[in-house]
Amino acid sequence: GAAGATGFGSMADTGLLESLLRLLEKVDGGTDSQDVAADLGVDHQVIVGAVKSLQALGEVISTEQKSSKHWELTGEGREIAEQGSHEARVFNAIPDEGLPQNGLMKMPSGKVGFSKAMSNKWIRLDKAHEGGPRVFKTVETIEDTVRDKLQLVQKGQSAKLEDKEKTELKKRKLLSEVTVKSYWITKGSSFSTTITKQETELTPEMIASGSWKEKKFKPYNFEAMGVAPDCGHLHPLMKVRTQFRQIFLEMGFTEMPTNNFIESSFWNFDSLFLQINPQQHPARDQHDTFFISDPALAHEFPQDYLERVKQVHSEGGYGSQGYKYDWKIEEAQKNLLRTHTTAVSARMLYKLAQQEKFTPVKYFSIDRVFRNETLDATHLAEFHQIEGVVADYGLTLGNLMGVLHQFFTKLGITKLRFKPAYNPYTEPSMEVFSYHEGLKKWVEVGNSGVFRPEMLLPMGLPEGVSVIAWGLSLERPTMIKYGINNIRELVGHKVNLQMVYDSPICRLDS
Amino acid sequence: MPTVSVKRDLLFEALGQKYTDEEFDELCFEFGLELDEITSEKEILSREQGDEKAEGASDVVLYKIDVPANRYDLLCLEGLVRGLQVFKEKLEAPRYKRVSPADGGEPQRLVITEETASVRPHAVAAVLRNITFTQERYESFIELQEKLHQNICRKRTLVAIGTHDLDTISGPFTYTAKPPGDIRFKPLNQSKEYTAAELISHYKTDSHLRHYLHIIENEPLYPIIYDNNGIVLSMPPVINAKNYSMLLNMRNGFCVCLQAKITLDMIVTMFSEYCDEPFTVEEAEVVYPDGRLCVYPELAYRTETLSGDFINKRVGINESAESIAQLLTRMCLRSEVSGEGDLIQVEIPPTRADVIHACDIMEDAAIAYGFNNIIRSTPRTYTVANQLPLNKLTELLRQDLTAAGFTEALTFALCSQEDIADKLRKNIVETRAVHISNPKTAEFQVVRTCLLPGLLKTLAANRKMPLPLKLFEISDVVLKDETKDVGARNNRRLCAVYYNKSPGFEVIHGLLDRVMQLLDVKPGRNQGYHIQAAEDSTFFPGRCAEIFSCGKSIGHLGVLHPDVISRSELTMPCSAIDMDIEPFL
Repeated sequence: GAAGATGFGSMADTGLLESLLRLLEKVDGGTDSQDVAADLGVDHQVIVGAVKSLQALGEVISTEQKSSKHWELTGEGREIAEQGSHEARVFNAIPDEGLPQNGLMKMPSGKVGFSKAMSNKWIRLDKAHEGGPRVFKTVETIEDTVRDKLQLVQKGQSAKLEDKEKTELKKRKLLSEVTVKSYWITKGSSFSTTITKQETELTPEMIASGSWKEKKFKPYNFEAMGVAPDCGHLHPLMKVRTQFRQIFLEMGFTEMPTNNFIESSFWNFDSLFLQINPQQHPARDQHDTFFISDPALAHEFPQDYLERVKQVHSEGGYGSQGYKYDWKIEEAQKNLLRTHTTAVSARMLYKLAQQEKFTPVKYFSIDRVFRNETLDATHLAEFHQIEGVVADYGLTLGNLMGVLHQFFTKLGITKLRFKPAYNPYTEPSMEVFSYHEGLKKWVEVGNSGVFRPEMLLPMGLPEGVSVIAWGLSLERPTMIKYGINNIRELVGHKVNLQMVYDSPICRLDS
Repeated sequence: MPTVSVKRDLLFEALGQKYTDEEFDELCFEFGLELDEITSEKEILSREQGDEKAEGASDVVLYKIDVPANRYDLLCLEGLVRGLQVFKEKLEAPRYKRVSPADGGEPQRLVITEETASVRPHAVAAVLRNITFTQERYESFIELQEKLHQNICRKRTLVAIGTHDLDTISGPFTYTAKPPGDIRFKPLNQSKEYTAAELISHYKTDSHLRHYLHIIENEPLYPIIYDNNGIVLSMPPVINAKNYSMLLNMRNGFCVCLQAKITLDMIVTMFSEYCDEPFTVEEAEVVYPDGRLCVYPELAYRTETLSGDFINKRVGINESAESIAQLLTRMCLRSEVSGEGDLIQVEIPPTRADVIHACDIMEDAAIAYGFNNIIRSTPRTYTVANQLPLNKLTELLRQDLTAAGFTEALTFALCSQEDIADKLRKNIVETRAVHISNPKTAEFQVVRTCLLPGLLKTLAANRKMPLPLKLFEISDVVLKDETKDVGARNNRRLCAVYYNKSPGFEVIHGLLDRVMQLLDVKPGRNQGYHIQAAEDSTFFPGRCAEIFSCGKSIGHLGVLHPDVISRSELTMPCSAIDMDIEPFL
């Protein structure tokens, strides 16, 4: 976090920092951190630490990162710089009277040193010596050039060596070329050679004593992220649900009780004037509906109403030809998982029709529905349906479009057009399209229509009352809103909680 | 929604006009169709079977057009063109006429015997006289039959269509039913004779026909149609006989449909266009087992009378009766102003079986007017909004549960029996679960009876997340309940889990205290809430308590049983709370 300041270990000791600053004071135009290291006789990494500490103090120094190539001794190279080359060590180990070869070979530098010293002609081997092969010096003194060269490099004077020599030493794994990241250090705008100790945080004591006035505070690193608050998170789909609820409430719509997943075929299909013979509506298809084996049948219906529904299906009436088929109560009784929340709308409209005097209503619901269909990236066996219903005298198709326009405007969608469509329980039926600026085309955003008289009149609603309705899924706009392509990444137990933690608040109109 | 595939150039030729793809798409949109895809046989083949197979296939441009599920009159090129041409006022809707045989000849007759009672005791028939097919027309004819079979005929279970070359057979025809062993004929596309029983086993491996075998397979008698000489015409709904089916070069067609008059009307209205005398269909007589004689096709026209005011008021427009009559005429509903007030007489042709109410006529007027020309207006319906108290409580609690540091999960309402029983160490019988009769997989066997399985699965899927994991869900479970009309009810529950290296019972207990504080219920034995040691097989013995509020048990909390943890593919201890929130409404 910002308060964590540099994020590096403990601050370099003040003495070193001040030495560095004094050094910097003397040079014009700045200096390289490697030179500082050489001058102060400390390791370059220590100077790097000091530079970072100084940076944290504000504008005392200003720096520029550099990288340069540089020759460095390997572990073995350092050993040689200290103790001499293997061949020199071998040479020095041999007394004037010579040394048995097998004894020499046991020395740590024995093998390498022996062959190098041999090829340098510093020593000779007397194979025929009594008591086994023996090694003798051939010269009085030697010059250990390898050690000399390595010592030059160690002193930072590798430039004095020829490239060929360096390559040779590299081949012997005594030297390596490394890239060094260093700093070009110049005086900063508030340069000073003395360090005032900086405070990390304001304390209650400082406030009480007023000492904060004299203190310098370590600057914050505003580039770092803060610490995540310890909190819970709402699920994005539920956040969107909340917004849709809000929109309906703002528009004066009352929430329907949709807490009944199990529904009878009667309310799910028949009451809506959906045929029992699965001829037209996909939802009625056996294959798309989850039927219930236990409790298999519903056992209670409003009898008068049920008779009227039976009649309008099998014989017609209310100005309708009907579907002319043998309507069976056995089918209507079958329990299922509701395939749409319109089953609840039907219950509510029936209830409304039982009032002594009709009063206009606006209803909405957002709840789960179930389809036994093939699952893919955008289809699950359960999803949330959003539904709006308005019942009043004299509502027109133009009114439906007007309400849809208001509703979608609240979602930030203003460009709408309507396509004639087919839905077995609404007539007219319209698909709602909105212009997608990104895709540069019209995309379907919902379905709507005017409920059929064959649905409304048997309920007992007055003749002049029209009921307009529309629906859409909750998942689709949410997937678009949060940029999710696979519905399984949004709904169900497989969602990544990180996605839930990270999802922003939902404002549908922005 | 059925999709009709037509050759673009053929379509434009028939429409007498060329369109760009965009223009045609617009026309479809306005008329209630959808230009779903622009493709070619080659493209389809290459997509489905790879480029190699597509080599040499036709690259003639095909339009795939989605047609509303109730518009059987738009399921072929002929119908689509007719509908669009009338809509564009380039053509007057034809009148379909049933005619008697020329030269006073006897009509063709189909006699239905009483044996059919056990299978499909209805059939209708008609004759397409002096018809001229081309390759394209013939293909369209076959495709329409297939489309009708798939849609209105519900994969042949409701209706079966047979079409035959009348010049190769001779009436009267008999529609009867016989034991499968007694039926022998040479079926379409086969070179030898089979008995019906042999055919059934032969077609078991036919990718197309095997889907229709179940309709008659287990019947003692199979439906069969013979001509006067005992020649088999067809064994509906499975197959026609060879040699007697309608062919490209035949001139007179005999159409038989089991069950539905609408289907027969649809076939003959669409293709009578190609008869020497277009749009006429020669009648056929059908004699029923009870001696009743009916003449088909019906080709019934029906007249409805409605007022211009009705249309105006329902659509939200203000048009004269004359102009509304004109709009309807454009939808193949020939209409006239009757002269009485603003009454309009609307004639419903046999092709428009979808028109069953004045509202269907109203919709057609609105389509012809143009949905997008209708002025959008806000209804003046004044209402005061109310939230459902249960949802209001849920919304408020969800907010505060996240404030308490718990993250909301959203899990499925459907699950397996194992999820709510074995995995929680419960007996399925005791769960009061609602069972699904037709689940495709085990994931959809029951409706959840508690929220815990979903939360445990969410934990399992997120084991890599930093601990502790604190999750909650407030949602519905479903329980059997005899007192409800459907025998089951939803129950809104609150469930939360704490998953960490230590069980954290105190965390879950603290959450209960917080929830009760939010619900304004004080700790206490009588009017308040308290918890009390309990045994529950889902929880670790001695680490489970029952929650009581105002003396009523509302749920449990505790440390989950180690077996529940491991059966959920989890490794850490976990404590949970599961409670009913409905008592707090």
